[in-house]
Amino acid sequence: MKILVALKRVVDYNVRIQVKPDGSGVAVEGAKMSINPFDEIALEEALRLKEADKAEEVIVVSIGPEAAQQQLRTGLAMGADRAILVQSDEAVSPLHAARILHTLVQAEQPGLVLLGKQAIDDDSNQTGQMLAALWGRPQATFASKVALEGETATVTREVDAGLETIAVDLPAVITSDLRLNEPRFVKLPDIMKAKRKPLDIRPLEELGVTPPPACQIVRWRAPEPRQAGHKVETVDELLTALKERGVL
Amino acid sequence: MRCLIIAEHDGQNLNTATARAVAAASQLGVEAIDVAVLAHGGQALAEQAAILEGVSQVLLLDREENAHPLAAVLAPQIAALAEGYSHLFMPSTTFGKDVLPRVAALMGLPQISDLMTVKGPHHFERPVYAGNAIIELQCPPEQPVLATVRTASFKPVGTGDAAPIETRALEIDLPGHTRFVALEADAGDRPDLQSAERVVSGGRGLGSEENFRLVEQLADKLHAAVGASRAAVDAGYAPNDLQVGQTGKIIAPELYIALGISGAIQHLTGIKDAGTIVAINKDPDAPIFEVADLGLVGDLFEIVPQLLEKLD
Repeated sequence: MKILVALKRVVDYNVRIQVKPDGSGVAVEGAKMSINPFDEIALEEALRLKEADKAEEVIVVSIGPEAAQQQLRTGLAMGADRAILVQSDEAVSPLHAARILHTLVQAEQPGLVLLGKQAIDDDSNQTGQMLAALWGRPQATFASKVALEGETATVTREVDAGLETIAVDLPAVITSDLRLNEPRFVKLPDIMKAKRKPLDIRPLEELGVTPPPACQIVRWRAPEPRQAGHKVETVDELLTALKERGVL
Repeated sequence: MRCLIIAEHDGQNLNTATARAVAAASQLGVEAIDVAVLAHGGQALAEQAAILEGVSQVLLLDREENAHPLAAVLAPQIAALAEGYSHLFMPSTTFGKDVLPRVAALMGLPQISDLMTVKGPHHFERPVYAGNAIIELQCPPEQPVLATVRTASFKPVGTGDAAPIETRALEIDLPGHTRFVALEADAGDRPDLQSAERVVSGGRGLGSEENFRLVEQLADKLHAAVGASRAAVDAGYAPNDLQVGQTGKIIAPELYIALGISGAIQHLTGIKDAGTIVAINKDPDAPIFEVADLGLVGDLFEIVPQLLEKLD
């Protein structure tokens, strides 16, 4: 079985995000870029499944600019077998990304597609579900545990009500939550080895995927800051203040 | 223009997230707000939806397959129901986030996640970069708007006269490739962290798993949910699913009490929409005091027992 893992190139989670004063976007030029952390977890899970002999090949895919090769090379260094970059200088919407991934899925016929539950830049949390819909296959989102047995995956999902377990027939799409695993560190010899692994670059235009209609971003702004309140000296003062506010 | 909202429930009760989605829809200026209840044995749920203020009609889709909220099963039914509506909203909970993108892809439409402000029927705001930036969106008026509603941004509507309930039967084959196995609910009778009106959270200042009991005691006294900072989770004082913050749960209770939490940026991101934030910490310079409405500097091991006593 093949596993396809989607990796998005995003601004590193440690970078402080600031909106440009003219409202045209966020000031992230020259910022450190990384694999979206949730996608990195998805890749780790795929690699563990391969190491447990549940899969033969792990393919990493990214949709993004030429520079997204860096993130794919990191994925190869972690242990993926080959990589595909769908090159696009324009950011794509989640539905557009799902359509692109769907064409790759039809060509590669993976038994499982793993990706992060959301990207930490646009926070959409849509692409995996959309891909599953277009593919007509099951989805298991917010996965914190994945067990493969024959043609079925049993997935524990982190939902608001607690932990939900569902069984899905393969092929399927699984999106990873934070606690699915802890991704491995890349070792230097693996970085060297990764340079020789295949990385296939395909211009987006050649895929023949139509971009869906989208909403336009007209302005960016910073969130309103929260004002500090005041300090109280005693427990009694605290209780009085809470009662005055009507929250007790 | 008409808005359809998909109700969230646990089989017995409607989740307040539904009433919050109705509140967002009320700001659109639409002629009708309908609520669809997809359930098995859902008459009582439909009745709960019918009395929500501003609801015009409730559509009840009662079938055995709807006993558990499986996206692959619900999405084709919702896509069929949404025909003719200008807006389709679901709460931005794990339920809505799971289901609505699947509906959107079936309908070939984009989706807005975490809608936080309604500026017009096709004009909205939503947070990106974990709430560190807000984007204003203009959507094409000729196509339906699909959105998950950020629950923290809207107060639930009240109740009023009951709207009519219409039972619908859809002739749709539903997939059997996805099956519910089990739900392991969060421990005890405490409210769910994500939707609780009150939350008491503990941080590294608690010092041990044993001491974390103090957080639970105060939570129980206040009928509050229990939360924890990442530091407390990493130190093993509290389980993972209680983590509040950018990488855990983003919450907006009416009252948030932070015990022994210093207030790392990643934690503050998770609570910035809370109504009243109370911080109790022995370090007067802890960043949590910069966002707290009420701060009390001192030893939580002295303060919390006092609180417990005085709240009796």
